[in-house]
Amino acid sequence: MYVTDKILPELPAPSNSKGIVHWLKTNLFNGPINTIFTLLAAFVLYKVIPPAIEWAFIDAIWFADSSSECKLANGDRKDGACWAFITNRFDQIMYGFYPEAERWRPNLAGIMLVLLTIPLFFEKTPKKAWLGGFILVIFPFIAFVLIRGGYFGLEQVDTGKWGGLMLTLIISLVGILFALLFGTILALGRRSSMPIVKSLSVVFIEFWRGVPLITVLFMSSVMLPLFLPEGTTFDKLARAMIGIILFQSAYVAEVVRGGLQAIPKGQYEAAAAMGLSYWKSMFLIILPQAMKLVIPGLVNTFIALFKDTTLVLIIGLFDLLAIIENVLGADNAWLGFHTEGLVFAAFVFWMFCFSLSRYSMALERKLDTGHRN
Amino acid sequence: MRKSLLLGLATAAIFSTTAQAGTLEDVKKAGVLKCGVSTGLGGFSAADDKGNWKGLDVDVCRAVAAAVLGDATKVKYNPLTAKERFTALQSGEIDMLSRNTTWTLTRDGSLGLNFAGVNYYDGQGFMVTKALGVDSALKLDGAAVCIQAGTTTELNLADYFKANNMKYKAITFDTSDQTIKGFEAGRCDMLTSDQSQLYSLRIKLAKPDTAIVLPEVISKEPLGPVVRQGDDQWFNIVRWSLNAMINAEEMGLTSANIKSMKDSKDPGIQRMLGGQGEKLGLDDNWSANIIEQVGNYGESFERNVGTGSPLKIGRGLNALWSKGGIMYAPPIR
Repeated sequence: MYVTDKILPELPAPSNSKGIVHWLKTNLFNGPINTIFTLLAAFVLYKVIPPAIEWAFIDAIWFADSSSECKLANGDRKDGACWAFITNRFDQIMYGFYPEAERWRPNLAGIMLVLLTIPLFFEKTPKKAWLGGFILVIFPFIAFVLIRGGYFGLEQVDTGKWGGLMLTLIISLVGILFALLFGTILALGRRSSMPIVKSLSVVFIEFWRGVPLITVLFMSSVMLPLFLPEGTTFDKLARAMIGIILFQSAYVAEVVRGGLQAIPKGQYEAAAAMGLSYWKSMFLIILPQAMKLVIPGLVNTFIALFKDTTLVLIIGLFDLLAIIENVLGADNAWLGFHTEGLVFAAFVFWMFCFSLSRYSMALERKLDTGHRN
Repeated sequence: MRKSLLLGLATAAIFSTTAQAGTLEDVKKAGVLKCGVSTGLGGFSAADDKGNWKGLDVDVCRAVAAAVLGDATKVKYNPLTAKERFTALQSGEIDMLSRNTTWTLTRDGSLGLNFAGVNYYDGQGFMVTKALGVDSALKLDGAAVCIQAGTTTELNLADYFKANNMKYKAITFDTSDQTIKGFEAGRCDMLTSDQSQLYSLRIKLAKPDTAIVLPEVISKEPLGPVVRQGDDQWFNIVRWSLNAMINAEEMGLTSANIKSMKDSKDPGIQRMLGGQGEKLGLDDNWSANIIEQVGNYGESFERNVGTGSPLKIGRGLNALWSKGGIMYAPPIR
């Protein structure tokens, strides 16, 4: 019999239950089916990743003055990616046809937006509400005047010249801002007890949710001009933006309504018992809670909106994708570098959408008050 | 049903807005010509790295601006997709359309538009891989064909193969870029599209040398500038701006020699370069401005789609009538 009066030291775990081998065994090779899938996946990765890296980085040509440097003497393509296609025309991809000398204006607007937004991320910033209000209400006008010009001696740059990533961001930001505003109003309207307000909201939401965005854009660019009196032309970008805003506010409205319905009735009653008016109870009690609940849904809608902006390509507006597809893709000097362009566009879109979704996750954590169960 | 309703509305709207005169005055007042072009078609209308529009179709816009405003750069280009182009013209968003648009009876007769001429005679052709060892489309019985879905090329192809008692297997794609990728991946023996497109698609191949364009042309696709119906003066200006370019090539007038040719004793050249403007409502320098700033048709062709460009399209049908083609302009006198 073995008796000990002191605690034995812990023995190391058996070698087959720790370390990389154990991890591989439990996660990748636990059973014949998983082993087969693991081997298959490894084979596919082996076939795909090294050539992709070779194409995108090792053999790639990053800078060149003309497309001939990406080609062999007889006109064949060289093996690597020709990123020179992107670097050479980078300005156009960013700004479209916006005149070179005036590009400081959109830059300034962008920098202003970033500088104004940064303080909002810090807890201690005083008067956050005022700053937020300034960004939402005043800043759009400043940005519009800066980018379009025509006032204060700034040369006017027609919206037809706007393009590239700049246009994509403008359409998405304006779309998100107004869709959130109108969507919230519509959601409140749909939950309202006033029959006219309620039915108007329902009709609006169901109509705009029922048509595809592509139809809305076609209507705005192909049909609408025919109904306007002769000679009146209505800016094409404005038409497209109004279409996008109407369309997206219907979606936002339904997301926000989901949040409103998730708030327990007691909250409405408590607000009423406090003697708060309808608007006060909405803005002080209900909406702050509802909005927090629907962050994932809202961000989902905004990401979708951001990606949907590429549809303006079909009505002849040159957003990021359209610049790459139509303008750069049609220029005789750089024919045949389609793949590089699409890979680049995909990368830019992924970057924006991914940061948006990470931000929303951080926001959820920050606002989490532990009421979930 | 929905489609026909929309079309009905569209036509009703078109008819209510047709007669509109005074485009010339509008353009002069605005000081700029609003010209509808393609959003991007290599050699016909494409923007370069500085955002300047260039191409065979763009040159027609520039020629009209040179004739009317005396300055070929005073054009506001309005890039349009195929679906928007006629509406944009009808609604007055643009003054003229120069966007590789095929002249057909239906369009000319029912859309409230007028075609002002032809600046490129296109037609459907075939591209095959060299490895196939074929030199004529008639040897393509049983071939797999890469084709863009929903285009008239699909119908033309069916007609052509049926007429020649041959079979084919169509492999359809949604865009021309997908079509060329399919061809490159070896999914088909040949690719069919308008000839002007075949050349630019060929450059998009990783190995352009492995493909050839066959000589057969199986359809007629005359492309030209379009104006609104109901403004005959403007129609004449666009038509004769194009004619002036073609006539200039025939007379040997180029952007390089136009200055010295102004004193030429040749009666034809004298008529061309002076005294005819008022009949169109323009000043007498209209044709000289076109030739000086844009060049003659041949110069424009070579610069944009011919030997001076990567496309290297031969003149073919687009050669002057006196040189084996069918490019023919009525005389200026």
